[in-house]
Amino acid sequence: MFQNAKINEKIAFSLLRMAMGLVVLFVLVILYYIISNGYSVISLEFLTSMPAKRMTAGGIYPALVGTIYLIIGSMAFALPMGILAAVYLNEYAKPGKVTWLIEMAISNLAGTPSVVFGLFGLAMFVKYLGFGPSVLAASLTLALLILPVIIRASQEALITVPREYREASLALGVTKWQTIRRVVLPAAIPGMVTGAILSVGRVAGETAPILLTGAAYFLPRLPESAFSQFMALPYHLFVLATAGTNIAQTRPIQYGTALVLLIIVLGVNLFAIAIRNHYRKKMHR
Amino acid sequence: MFKRNGMEKGIESLLFISAVAAVLALFLLCIFLFRDGILLFRDYPLSSFLTEKSWYPTSINPRFGLLPLLLGSVIVTVGAIVFAVPLGIAAAIYISELASPRVADILKPFTEILAGIPSVVFGFFGLVVLVPYIQDAFDLRTGQIALTGSIILGIMALPTIISISEDAISSVPRSIKEGSLALGSTKWQTIHKVTVPAALSGISAAVMLGIGRAIGETMTVMMVTGNTAIIPGFPSGLFEPVRTMTATIALEMGEVPQGSDHFHALFAIGSVLFITTFIINIVAGHIKTRYKFKL
Repeated sequence: MFQNAKINEKIAFSLLRMAMGLVVLFVLVILYYIISNGYSVISLEFLTSMPAKRMTAGGIYPALVGTIYLIIGSMAFALPMGILAAVYLNEYAKPGKVTWLIEMAISNLAGTPSVVFGLFGLAMFVKYLGFGPSVLAASLTLALLILPVIIRASQEALITVPREYREASLALGVTKWQTIRRVVLPAAIPGMVTGAILSVGRVAGETAPILLTGAAYFLPRLPESAFSQFMALPYHLFVLATAGTNIAQTRPIQYGTALVLLIIVLGVNLFAIAIRNHYRKKMHR
Repeated sequence: MFKRNGMEKGIESLLFISAVAAVLALFLLCIFLFRDGILLFRDYPLSSFLTEKSWYPTSINPRFGLLPLLLGSVIVTVGAIVFAVPLGIAAAIYISELASPRVADILKPFTEILAGIPSVVFGFFGLVVLVPYIQDAFDLRTGQIALTGSIILGIMALPTIISISEDAISSVPRSIKEGSLALGSTKWQTIHKVTVPAALSGISAAVMLGIGRAIGETMTVMMVTGNTAIIPGFPSGLFEPVRTMTATIALEMGEVPQGSDHFHALFAIGSVLFITTFIINIVAGHIKTRYKFKL
């Protein structure tokens, strides 16, 4: 009887190990394919020159710049908004209907498919507010998409600030807002920065929302203003891989673009982890 | 003193407004989505949208049937879940119960890499690596079929399923596990008779959110499933090209005259998608708040 149980355990544990191994294998295979095929394509010239010969040659400069514009644009809206909302929820909100409604809205925004955000951006920013297909419309759409991510990360950062900090400051007769500004926020900033950086990766990789709000198939120049259309890395990769003039011929450019995207996203993740560890050490000193 | 109080109040209101912006955003999203979606039903009643079996948006007698697209989404998602749920739960059990803390600390961020990879890169990988492989392996006309989409979507849903299941499993109190071990059960008996059942509601929340992630995914399915709008058979449809709701919106919106029936039909599909994920989120949130282990 006990013998059987031992054998069952052996079988079960090896199945669990295989499952974990399979997940790790997936990650490695995907990274391997993109990196091994993409690294020889990437050069300074690839990053800084315009696409040439109907996108079958040349670089990805306008797409790279477009993606950077989107990151700056969406962050400019979502970061202050998200941090302020998190401060309210963590420091001021009392349990009740309004707080429940806000929390519910944040969870549901986080779970809404990105293509639905695209439709919303198209209906509201592009059409209703008349921004047209543009950097501005796409940035605002992406800002809404990452707002829940930033709020959640900021809330987590605020929760880790010990209550004694607040009480000590309040006991000195300092007002609530002064306490938050001088004591709570400085302590929570590393966590907030980590959350913000992670959402940079999300902005860089999203395709469906910008497809509907202003990403261009090809533009021979950089966007001139916030109301211009733009190229962006993920959409560029999609176009080259599915609808380009010569899909097989542009394969190296596709791998190169995919690798640049991967480097931005994973690099940003590593950077966030490094910041968190750096400040964690500082806090403990 | 009075002035200071006034400023405090002002700041609190400002913060409150920022937090309420999330509610406003969700509200506006509903309004704008439904407003354009409902306009379809002026010319094509809701009943025909829900029961019509074909999607021919550009023919002279256009047909706007939700069914082929809805079932396309369902078959791809079911395929993804069937393979990602057991795999994800097994990996979560491994990380929280078998791996040493040091190994677990490496494995967790490693699986998180999957969550960071953009969907268009998954789609690209699927297109250049998996599609030709599937075509050869099953000797098919094309490798752009529902199954290919299911495999890639399953991989994409893994980090969601693993991280939330892992949270649920690790939050089962040690005293309960130790009680089982003290009675002479093996470690595996404890895991599958005690720990996993105790974490079951958390694991179900993970599965729900994984389904939400899979059903809302756009670029990947658009690149690897072939995008043919026919009602798929089950399970034979797994080996045929399908078209999902998300892919339809992304593919067709670019070529549609604004304000046409076709335009409104795409918003109607978006509304269905939004309502579906909304329900999934509410249910998952409900399960999640209930599972919190009470001692």
